Amino acid sequence: MSTLQLIIQREYLTRVRKKSFIIMTLLMPLLMVSLSFVPLWLSTLNDGGEKNIAVIDNTGIYAPLLQSTETYKFQIVGKSEETESQSRLGKDLYAILQITDDLSENPDAISLLSEKQSPQDLRAIIEKTLNEKVMQQKLDALSHSNNVNAEAIAQVRSIVESSSNVSIKTMKWGEDGTVSESSTEIATIIGMVFTFLIYMFILMYGNMVMQAVLEEKKSRIVEVMVSSVKPVKLLIGKIIGIGLVGITQLAIWGILIGVLFAGLSAFIAAPSQATGMSAPAEMGNFNIEAALSSVMSVNWFEILVYFLLFFVGGYILYASIFAMFASAVDSEEDTSQFMMPVTILIMFAFFAGFYSVSNPDGPLAFWASLIPFSSPIVMMVRIPFGIPLWEKLLSVVLLYGTFMLISVFAAKIYRVGILMYGKKPSIKEMIKWVRYK
Amino acid sequence: MDYLQTTNVIKQYAQHLALNNVSIQVPKGTVFGLLGPNGAGKTTLIRIITRITAPDSGEVFIDGRPSKNEDVYNIGYLPEERGLYKKMKVGEQAMYLAQLRGLSKKDAHQQLMMWFQRFDIMSWYNRKVEELSKGMQQKVQFISTVIHNPDLLIFDEPFSGFDPVNAEIVKNEMLRLKDEGKTIILSTHNMESVEALCDNIALINKSQVVLQGKVFDIRKEHRPDIFRFRLRADDFTFEHPAFSVLSKEPYHEYMDVRIKKQTEIENNELAKLIFDHFDVVSYDEELPTMNDIFIRTVTK
Repeated sequence: MSTLQLIIQREYLTRVRKKSFIIMTLLMPLLMVSLSFVPLWLSTLNDGGEKNIAVIDNTGIYAPLLQSTETYKFQIVGKSEETESQSRLGKDLYAILQITDDLSENPDAISLLSEKQSPQDLRAIIEKTLNEKVMQQKLDALSHSNNVNAEAIAQVRSIVESSSNVSIKTMKWGEDGTVSESSTEIATIIGMVFTFLIYMFILMYGNMVMQAVLEEKKSRIVEVMVSSVKPVKLLIGKIIGIGLVGITQLAIWGILIGVLFAGLSAFIAAPSQATGMSAPAEMGNFNIEAALSSVMSVNWFEILVYFLLFFVGGYILYASIFAMFASAVDSEEDTSQFMMPVTILIMFAFFAGFYSVSNPDGPLAFWASLIPFSSPIVMMVRIPFGIPLWEKLLSVVLLYGTFMLISVFAAKIYRVGILMYGKKPSIKEMIKWVRYK
Repeated sequence: MDYLQTTNVIKQYAQHLALNNVSIQVPKGTVFGLLGPNGAGKTTLIRIITRITAPDSGEVFIDGRPSKNEDVYNIGYLPEERGLYKKMKVGEQAMYLAQLRGLSKKDAHQQLMMWFQRFDIMSWYNRKVEELSKGMQQKVQFISTVIHNPDLLIFDEPFSGFDPVNAEIVKNEMLRLKDEGKTIILSTHNMESVEALCDNIALINKSQVVLQGKVFDIRKEHRPDIFRFRLRADDFTFEHPAFSVLSKEPYHEYMDVRIKKQTEIENNELAKLIFDHFDVVSYDEELPTMNDIFIRTVTK
């Protein structure tokens, strides 16, 4: 085994075997999946069975229209029982709906009184029912007035009713002329997820490289190492070894999250289909089938290839910089002065990525995805939206060219820095090191 | 024959000339003391020999030919500032270092077993480095320095952290390695061990070699020409141009006198002068310790 392989193997194995790594790698997917599924699952739960809602309708028009559902039972009460109802509120009454006037003439004449914040779906049910009625009322009123053609009214009515269910789909022209269905929301989510992953991994694993360099320098093991290994090899081995740890973690996360999502979707979908209940599937106007087809229409292969390219490039670029600064100082406290600008750069890239989501072809997104220090983070936002090939290639070439230059520079400083103790060097001194033989 | 030789090595750091025309010759199969005050340039010279850094000018010869990259596998270097990976197990770590020094996994294991038995530390094999005392870690480091059986060994302060018993063990190991024909460079501030171990030394001060040669020759050359006499006398008032009196002190019924030889006079004749005038109980010549020579040369 060559010395480089030995170093990579050690860096990799000592980290992968750590308890903290194993726990983090296994728990994160569980956490992420539960964070997205638990709210969904909780919302399908029937919390405490039926809820009674008292309806006090002075007009008498609307109350009979409100259909009780499994959760919400509407009870019509007379105006005389108003005070009595109020005293029952919070006990066996969940809410009081009060309608004081004809809503087609006075839309504000309705109020929903409850002890807690009234849930979205209850308001949705009431609004939907009442809106329909009010619309009808208005149309009726129109047709009763003499100066309008009854036929025209009927037409308006049919138009209004047919266009009630509009959902806008965005389409994308493929390069071969085919039209594929895509959804901006899905692209946004995918872009954000990958951007966040790259951002997190550059920070996390860049820091890990920094810690490793500092540990070797502080414990003086580096003095022992360099007598048999070239410092540059030590650095390359470290960056590759730790990078592989990152890729391992990503792969395990990817597989685990995939399996968990698939399993849980099946688990959640199954009982609702069995009982013929469509509520969970339509939760929050979210159509699972449509979402799935959108997810499948994404070019995953392309995204993953670019993700790997940008991940590797970004990681090596920043890991070299982190290693370079870590090698020049003696302790963690001393790193902050050098790390500040680097961290700010990464943060800038992250925010640039964040804002590029709303305008993936704007100048900020364009330039930030070409500049090597921000491109790995920002480009991942843009790729799911589909951008020209030349932009992607140029960005990759720029990134790889830069990291090669930077890592050669970093290696030259590292080689001198790891054997220097004492005074914290200035940037100027570090540049002088580059010329040392 | 010289196993290691450096010729006119110059190394300049930004503001500071670390080595100025340093030439040393280390004969094969000997122990060579590399001495000098802190910051004199010893570590820089060692780093150049071990190819960690390159000299600005000058050359390093190993076994008569210019040194090359592969030579690092034939050098065992124990740095002064040394450490181990704290979280690694002792055996794992020693295996790792041995393999980095060019041994196959099988050879590394075999050598390791031999050395662990020799140092009687087999029971540490699966313990983490951070659980060991400093002296224990030093033993592991010593083993990892010699495990690949190199022909050139460089020890920088090898005795620091050892108790006297273990220091003796290490000292004996070094002598055994020398008997096997290895060439050893010993850099230390412990002058007693220099006298005990070294055949030759080079003293570096302010980036230059100020003294080099056989330990015995150097001590002889640096004789201060001081003689101690114990006389059966009440006082010592004898004066002669051949010597000056440095001190006189009564010791019980005797008088102890230290005199310094002034002229080119044979020791024999000087002694005769005193013998002619006094009843001499004992006398000897003060031989300088390496410690004296070191201090005198460096502060000159």
